[in-house]
Amino acid sequence: MSNWVIRGLRTPVPTTRFPAAPERARGASPGMPRATVLPEEVAADLARRCPTGALAAHGERVVVDPARCVHSFRCVRGVASPMDWNHGNEWAAPRGTDARPFGPLGAAFRGSAHILVVDAGDCGACLAEVKHLNNPYYNMHRLGFFVTPTPRNADILLVVGSGTVNMRWALRKAYEAMPAPKRVVAVGTCALTGSVFAPSFASDAGIHDLPVDVAVPGSPPPPLAILHGLLLVTGRAPAARSGSGLVDTAKAD
Amino acid sequence: MSPVDRAGASRTGIDALVRAEWPDVAISSDGRAATIACPPEALRGVCRRLFSDLGYAFGGLVVEDAQAVWSLRYLFYSPLAELAHVVTECVKPSETVPSISVEVHAADWHEREAEDLFGLGFEGHPRLGDFVLHNDVWPESVAPMRRSFDPAVRAPLHRPDPNWAPLRLVDEPGAFLMPVGPIYSDITESALFLLETVGEDVIRVFPRLFYKYRAVEKNAEGRSVDDGLLVAERFAATSAFAHSLAFCHAVEQIGGIAVPPRGRTLRIFLAELERLRHHVAAIEGICASTALAVAASQAAILEEQLLRLSGALTGHRYLFGLNVPGGLARDLETAACRETAASVGTVLHGLSRLREMLRFSSSFLDRIEGVGAIAEQAALTHGLVGPIARASNVARDLRRAQPYGGYEQFEFQVPRETTGDGYARLLVLFAEAEQSTGLLRQSADRLSEGPVHVPAPIRAGAAFGWCEAPLGAAFHWVRIGADGRIERFRPITPSFVNWHGFHLAAENFAFQDFPIILATFGLSVAECDR
Repeated sequence: MSNWVIRGLRTPVPTTRFPAAPERARGASPGMPRATVLPEEVAADLARRCPTGALAAHGERVVVDPARCVHSFRCVRGVASPMDWNHGNEWAAPRGTDARPFGPLGAAFRGSAHILVVDAGDCGACLAEVKHLNNPYYNMHRLGFFVTPTPRNADILLVVGSGTVNMRWALRKAYEAMPAPKRVVAVGTCALTGSVFAPSFASDAGIHDLPVDVAVPGSPPPPLAILHGLLLVTGRAPAARSGSGLVDTAKAD
Repeated sequence: MSPVDRAGASRTGIDALVRAEWPDVAISSDGRAATIACPPEALRGVCRRLFSDLGYAFGGLVVEDAQAVWSLRYLFYSPLAELAHVVTECVKPSETVPSISVEVHAADWHEREAEDLFGLGFEGHPRLGDFVLHNDVWPESVAPMRRSFDPAVRAPLHRPDPNWAPLRLVDEPGAFLMPVGPIYSDITESALFLLETVGEDVIRVFPRLFYKYRAVEKNAEGRSVDDGLLVAERFAATSAFAHSLAFCHAVEQIGGIAVPPRGRTLRIFLAELERLRHHVAAIEGICASTALAVAASQAAILEEQLLRLSGALTGHRYLFGLNVPGGLARDLETAACRETAASVGTVLHGLSRLREMLRFSSSFLDRIEGVGAIAEQAALTHGLVGPIARASNVARDLRRAQPYGGYEQFEFQVPRETTGDGYARLLVLFAEAEQSTGLLRQSADRLSEGPVHVPAPIRAGAAFGWCEAPLGAAFHWVRIGADGRIERFRPITPSFVNWHGFHLAAENFAFQDFPIILATFGLSVAECDR
């Protein structure tokens, strides 16, 4: 067994400096289109190319609904004037309504928050990226996030998948079994809008049965986007840094 | 074996065996597949001949709701011959066909699925009902794959019954049922495992899947080919490139499209990159299941390196958005591919070191050696595919059995082990990862200049497209209508096939072995549930 200890000690620490500094490693994020100004007919054509309606043309300005983007890359490949691309990953956003405004978990959860991960019909990618939060590159333990297998210990419900009919009841039961205060983080375009699978008789168009507090767009969102969502829901990160694309979109509306 | 030889071999074998017994069965061949049109009464016998006497493996069942008939297409494949389609028709209003699973056990789940989704009866099948559409949620009358079913209309659902209990089959003193799932463990896909036990040992295992049923097949109907491709690519992301490839192969076959050489070679490069990343993730899962934290972290580091290499090279960590009918959506720089292949070499170095350390860790070997064994004969009767079959000495690999995309021109081995236990599955994963690295290097070296894509006109027709996905054989049946829209999309996935055999490995082992056996199978639930 001592071999393993030596091997572990010999391995350089690859852990990201995020959130203290942004992560710039190539391939750590697929990125996402961001609001772009183009000639009017080009703008309309780009909006039409998007298979999930994530782009909308307002005159010369194409705005992006990140909750619908599935990274089909059809707005950048095979076109003369592609969309501008946001190479970052801090694109989680709070979700609140007038009746139930967004509020992060209290200060007591800043050093230790427990997460229940529930798969409500994902394709495997979002779940894999959630799993990677535990790998040495992202190591969410250092930030006080822990995965728990039981809802009774959970403070945060992290849901992936479009919300299938067959999982609806189990998801509801898991949420109800969690003690208050609790928050819901919906991870991935499927969990937000159903992606290419919904609406249908077998699946909802995203998680709408539960009160979602933080939305993490992406198909799948890279691990750091999910981590950004977790920091947001515990009140430890601003909603979105400038240049993330979301800020532009908000201004456009 | 060249395609012409294959066609000849198949016709001789099938003709000799089938014609003698059933003179009215019509056999034809288009050089790519033999079609055996047979009446329902001959179905069971013909399938038995192919499976038991001619050594064909059962690929899957495709049911289509045609105007006046139910068309049932049973796919068989063999390394020695072209594909064989056994096609039978059930004239409406009849809704019953003979079950072939009595003779070909691999068809068991295919028939259960067709019964649940099409409402067809399979005469002689021992256990139908509660499969895809869970009985505690869906009324029995719902048959969503029928053309008359409108997917936009919500079916009336039951209120979930809190007292729902599975059918108990074990009647032993002291026996009880341990349910695991659908939400269980830390980060897992949703599935329920019903473990029948009399104490320490698990004596029966019933996986109850389809909690993630997203009706992918129904969703694809009526879509354009471009939009259908998105569904085919994204229903199982850990094998996204493989499934989009199989889908594109089908569309290209229908349209008679030849992908240019550079496109073909890049597809091999990317498919092997995906296989390598998938296998490293599976190895990580096995290390984690035995609580070997350092080993799991080492594998996780390699996996993240591969994900970043994929992301930096193609723009997406899981290789989304690359395959399109006619080739690839974008070209990759030759130099970047060669650099990636070189970087993958260092990943392989780390992987080999990990394997050598695991081979001499007695605490690890104690947990995995001899655990979850599947005998070769059982693997054959269940029609298992992929690394799981190859660990049980069944060297099935579509890259060899039905070569596609130019694999004939590359050098690689199909690794296999004979013991069929968890350790054998681990060794096969390691060996295949090494082969994939070799294929990555060869394909990067051989990249020619030229386009990666040709325009792909969409034509009406139907065909199978296939590829060897990381988990095993994947067949996609695609039918395109006269309006250029998809009429039927049927992906037959390795996870669906292999979950059917999961109980073989998990039965008669102790509770604490269960997560390890699960990890050595490394199956995708999303790929099965669709």
